[in-house]
Amino acid sequence: MPAQADGETVQGVLRNEGTPVPGVNFTLTGAGGFSGQATSDATGKWVISVPGPGQYKVTLDAKTLPDKVTLRFPERNPFTTTVNSDQTKSVIFALGKDTRVTESNADQALNRFAQGLRFGLLIALAAVGLSLIFGTTGLTNFAHGELVTFGALVAFFFNSKLGWPLLVAAVLTVVVCGAAGYLQDKILWDPLRRRGTGLIAMMIISIGLSIFLRYLFLFFFGGTTKSYPDAQGATSIGPGSITLTALDYLSMAISIVVLLGFAYFLLRTRTGKATRAVADNPALSSASGINVDQVIRIVWIAGGALAGLAGVLLGIAQQINYQMGFQILLLIFASVTLGGLGTAFGALVGSLVVGIVVEMSTLFIPAELKYVGALAILIVILLVRPQGILGRAQRVG
Amino acid sequence: MDWANIIDNALRAFIGLDTIIYALAAIGLNVHFGYTGLLNFGQAAFLAVAAYGLAISVSISGLPFGVGIIFGLIGAVVMAVLLGIPTLRLRADYLAIVTIAAAEIFRLIVRSASLRDQTGGSNGLSAFSSGFYDLNPFSKGSYGFGPFVYNERDSWVLLVGWVLIVLASTVVWLLMRSPWGRVIKAVREDEDAVRSLGKNVYSYKMQSLIIGGVLGSLGGFMLALGKGSVQPDLYGTELTFFAYTVLLLGGAARVLGPVIGAALFWVVLSLTDNILNQAISAGYVSTSIMTSNQVGQIRFILVGLALMLLMIFRPQGIFGDRKELALDGR
Repeated sequence: MPAQADGETVQGVLRNEGTPVPGVNFTLTGAGGFSGQATSDATGKWVISVPGPGQYKVTLDAKTLPDKVTLRFPERNPFTTTVNSDQTKSVIFALGKDTRVTESNADQALNRFAQGLRFGLLIALAAVGLSLIFGTTGLTNFAHGELVTFGALVAFFFNSKLGWPLLVAAVLTVVVCGAAGYLQDKILWDPLRRRGTGLIAMMIISIGLSIFLRYLFLFFFGGTTKSYPDAQGATSIGPGSITLTALDYLSMAISIVVLLGFAYFLLRTRTGKATRAVADNPALSSASGINVDQVIRIVWIAGGALAGLAGVLLGIAQQINYQMGFQILLLIFASVTLGGLGTAFGALVGSLVVGIVVEMSTLFIPAELKYVGALAILIVILLVRPQGILGRAQRVG
Repeated sequence: MDWANIIDNALRAFIGLDTIIYALAAIGLNVHFGYTGLLNFGQAAFLAVAAYGLAISVSISGLPFGVGIIFGLIGAVVMAVLLGIPTLRLRADYLAIVTIAAAEIFRLIVRSASLRDQTGGSNGLSAFSSGFYDLNPFSKGSYGFGPFVYNERDSWVLLVGWVLIVLASTVVWLLMRSPWGRVIKAVREDEDAVRSLGKNVYSYKMQSLIIGGVLGSLGGFMLALGKGSVQPDLYGTELTFFAYTVLLLGGAARVLGPVIGAALFWVVLSLTDNILNQAISAGYVSTSIMTSNQVGQIRFILVGLALMLLMIFRPQGIFGDRKELALDGR
């Protein structure tokens, strides 16, 4: 391995379609008449030390290129580059034909839409729980993301450490997370509600809980990103340009089935109707004889279970790390606010919109900024229609 | 276990750079949350805007240091206005969510690789603090006594930082004794009553947001100059949450609450870090329970726990008055 030069250098690795190209000459000229040269070695690497920071012109001597190997961009030779203090500046001279495959815009858009649908369904699982918890107890639960992360971590424990199949692990995770939701309410939120703690105080407590749990997860799980052993090495099965795997389609199917099942529960069963009533107006529901405490318990169990399932599916979609839930927490809030805080169906609609917007926005803006789109939606909706799409027009200020 | 070292580090943490930064951030937050009842969870954005305003003006555009500071302050005011327009009419929990979202948007944008030429991307910027150190009246050498010995650069940073804290606290004290301060506190208690007396509540809230934002942004300057660089990941939600913990610890709606809170906070963290590190290297705590890499994570676990316990058992903190807390309404 060539030694790293001290001070400033200009260097590069010359390759033609992956194979290193040795024996090519490079010359470099700079301020004050400085000139240097190098020849690419067996690994294609070439290094020229320069006396200090500044602008330098690098020329690849095309006569020393092997037969039939040409520069991809001959107009970029010679190439002028700026070297900063103590910098090792890399200069790439591309050779041969461009082998990257570009998709047509329509294909990309279709793929993004499919990804957005999957992401949106996943967020919906977490958002429905958050929205109902808010509606029934008034708590804006900043620790909801940690329920999602907990689901992913528990499933990882079952699948990777104990070696059980992913499907079994997922089912068990949902049960464990439902219990976790119930316990969280029983140990923390219920006593605080009985004590008469204000909602702002409870929100700040949930923020403290979120930090506490997140770093507890980091402590025990570690900071590296891991994936489920059963979910690795899948290939996309289309159709067409859509890059979803069989497992992805299964995740989407599970999300849809669970959401439909929960919708049936809310619409058709007695307890479900009671839940919607309490989420809409707890005082009135209590006055009409509904057991509000029991409804709240059910909401926390369901919210925890759904968040856990969301965690497992998120872990399949984008791997597992200790802050995965926190990273999507703002998206969940955006979805819930867009759809209407307190309504389950609003959370579903809002999540699908947010998921699709986030993924399709990568067609126009850099991928690392894709969450900005969702956050911008959040701010706009609060300006224009603060109660959300399906919320009742009530004062939110 | 080198207890002398542990105590010395703790004493230095009492007046150190982290205390300065968080005290200033919390003083600003005190104006927002303690006195006006605004649940601003985007305080990190104010620090980031000031720091990036300074760094971009000096290192990318080549402007002098003083101009960089002015741009940073203007940036804080603009951020306050932009933040305030959509949010000040909203209920507390919506305000909290939106301010977090706004701070994250700012951080993601300055962090993005596509704007690397303007903002330094995820590596951030450096090379903007020479103007600050050129003003240093201390000549080369060490200053101080006992455990508080610093070189001339650190002495200058600490001096400037503490002078800023004294100035900011005085401003807050004077403001809150004035008629303006009384209206602000009334807004915290009952907005509708204030509105019914003919005051423009929205305007008062905006003024509070701007003043608290500018005070908090001083913390951003100290963070950038003290460390000599700006990096986007230092201005994430954790900074705001720590600032809240500091504020609630010392006591919201008290002039010196943020300062005492910051000092105590960092002393406790310094003690925990040092005691645990030494206990691990001395073998009292086996590495199967905890490695020295994990000691840094303990501080976050403690902060989360502290925030919860504070809000559950003593929301007024050490010096605060329970009656003055904006915690019971929505």
